[in-house]
Amino acid sequence: MSERLTLISGRTRKQAIGMHKGKDSPEYHAATELVEMNPEDMARLGVADGGRLTLRTEVGEIAMTVQAGTLPAGLVFVPMGTAVNGLVGAETLGTGMPSFKGLTVEVEVVEAGPAGAEGPRS
Amino acid sequence: MSTVVEHVACPFCGCVCDDLTVEVEGARIVKVKRACSSGQGVFMEYDPSPRTARVRGEEADWDAAVAEAAAILREADSPLIYGLSSAASEAQRKAVELADRIGAVIDSTSSVCHGPTGLAMQAVGEPTCTLGEIRDRADLLVFWGCNPDQSHLRHFARYSLNAKGALTPNGRADRTMYVVDVRETGTAKKADHFLQVAPGHDFEVLTALRLLVQGGEPEGDPIGGVPRAELEELVERLKSCRYGVFFMGMGLTMTAARQHNVAELFTLVAELNEFAKCSVIPMRGHGNVTGADQVLTWTSGYPFAVSYARGYPQFMPGEFTAVDVLVRGAADAAVILASDPGAHFPRPAAAHLEAIPTIVFDHGPSVSAAHATVLFPTAAYGVDAAGTVYRMDNVPIPLSKVIETGRPTDEEILGRLIEAVRT
Repeated sequence: MSERLTLISGRTRKQAIGMHKGKDSPEYHAATELVEMNPEDMARLGVADGGRLTLRTEVGEIAMTVQAGTLPAGLVFVPMGTAVNGLVGAETLGTGMPSFKGLTVEVEVVEAGPAGAEGPRS
Repeated sequence: MSTVVEHVACPFCGCVCDDLTVEVEGARIVKVKRACSSGQGVFMEYDPSPRTARVRGEEADWDAAVAEAAAILREADSPLIYGLSSAASEAQRKAVELADRIGAVIDSTSSVCHGPTGLAMQAVGEPTCTLGEIRDRADLLVFWGCNPDQSHLRHFARYSLNAKGALTPNGRADRTMYVVDVRETGTAKKADHFLQVAPGHDFEVLTALRLLVQGGEPEGDPIGGVPRAELEELVERLKSCRYGVFFMGMGLTMTAARQHNVAELFTLVAELNEFAKCSVIPMRGHGNVTGADQVLTWTSGYPFAVSYARGYPQFMPGEFTAVDVLVRGAADAAVILASDPGAHFPRPAAAHLEAIPTIVFDHGPSVSAAHATVLFPTAAYGVDAAGTVYRMDNVPIPLSKVIETGRPTDEEILGRLIEAVRT
């Protein structure tokens, strides 16, 4: 099951700590290959904490582990980093600034997760 | 036998906390007091072991690496110099001099951070202040599209929410805090009032606030996702406070309206000064990204996105900003210092960096360093090199050299490159 949602990326403590360990460190990968999502969106998609998603834009796609977060419905958050930048396009609207926030992404469930996720709700 | 260095400044983020104590044994840092987890990483994860330059992945002596880098730059028709923002301002000046010498485009991480803020400043001005004024006087704080709970970990304690100052002796109890954001961040959880704006509607909310300040009647309820009564209450507080301060971040600069969001906020803040003292501070990320803006402005007249290709500085965001230069394939060589665009740029821009010769200055491993044609593993400012950085409020702070590793600084290698490209 897949849906189109809005992605924002941003800094987190764990991303910064992982960066100091090195961008090839397990800490950095764990901190930056994680998507936070509204619990109702997760239930509708049929995915639980620890489940795996594919996020896709016209630029590329990435695999992420999902966890519930305090986000409004329709919004997902991914820590800034090498992984999420695989989704970001290069259009800067004449400013130099790419759209690191407000990206439309297609979110597809790859693994429902270990916590006994319910199936997709119709 | 250890040595204790007091009053050390942290170079990691725009807070530049200058109250750290660092304990050193030989060339190794063994303990850091008062730093946040990000600051701890700067010092405790630093590898002081000797490193040599590399050319195409092979070890090379520094002279040979400088000669190779100079040859690359002499050969290039359209070089790019990018980064700057973790280097000291002494090195930033040298980077601008090199850009002038070789006719390069020079851009800093500002362009993917607060570049739109710079555009807004040029358009409407910047009603600013220092963090010291905020600590001492501010009784109303509004954090808009920023999350210092995760990004600037000692900001609350040293400068804003919890800081105790001359007119705020009780710290948190003397301040009211608002957060405006699209999601309930850790910062929002600390606030007295959280206004949850609908994604992409910041400009609409800011415009409504301006109208309310002037006594107008904006249409709709909610406005941009925020109940109108909450906006009216915020305006009343802003007009009646002793000293209100806005802190703004990427939630305004990275979304669709970009510089227009920021210009609207800066205009709101300026207009509020008809009623009460009010200021705004951009939450700057890299430890000396503010210095990059300062140095480029002193030397070229412009804060980022500067081309010296015609022999004089030209400013053109969208044209001379690094992402745009790279995506167009317009750079045929790049000098990268104090940043990691290989990791932090959108993939199409990072891909072009892998296709052209790059000269990278980096004290540790990074994605950009891994692809470098010439790698200079220079000293880290604030750790094994001294220098000057600018805090997010444009106050210059000296960085200490807390250990001696013998590594050259970015400033020294850039100086040698400037000489080498002449010949």
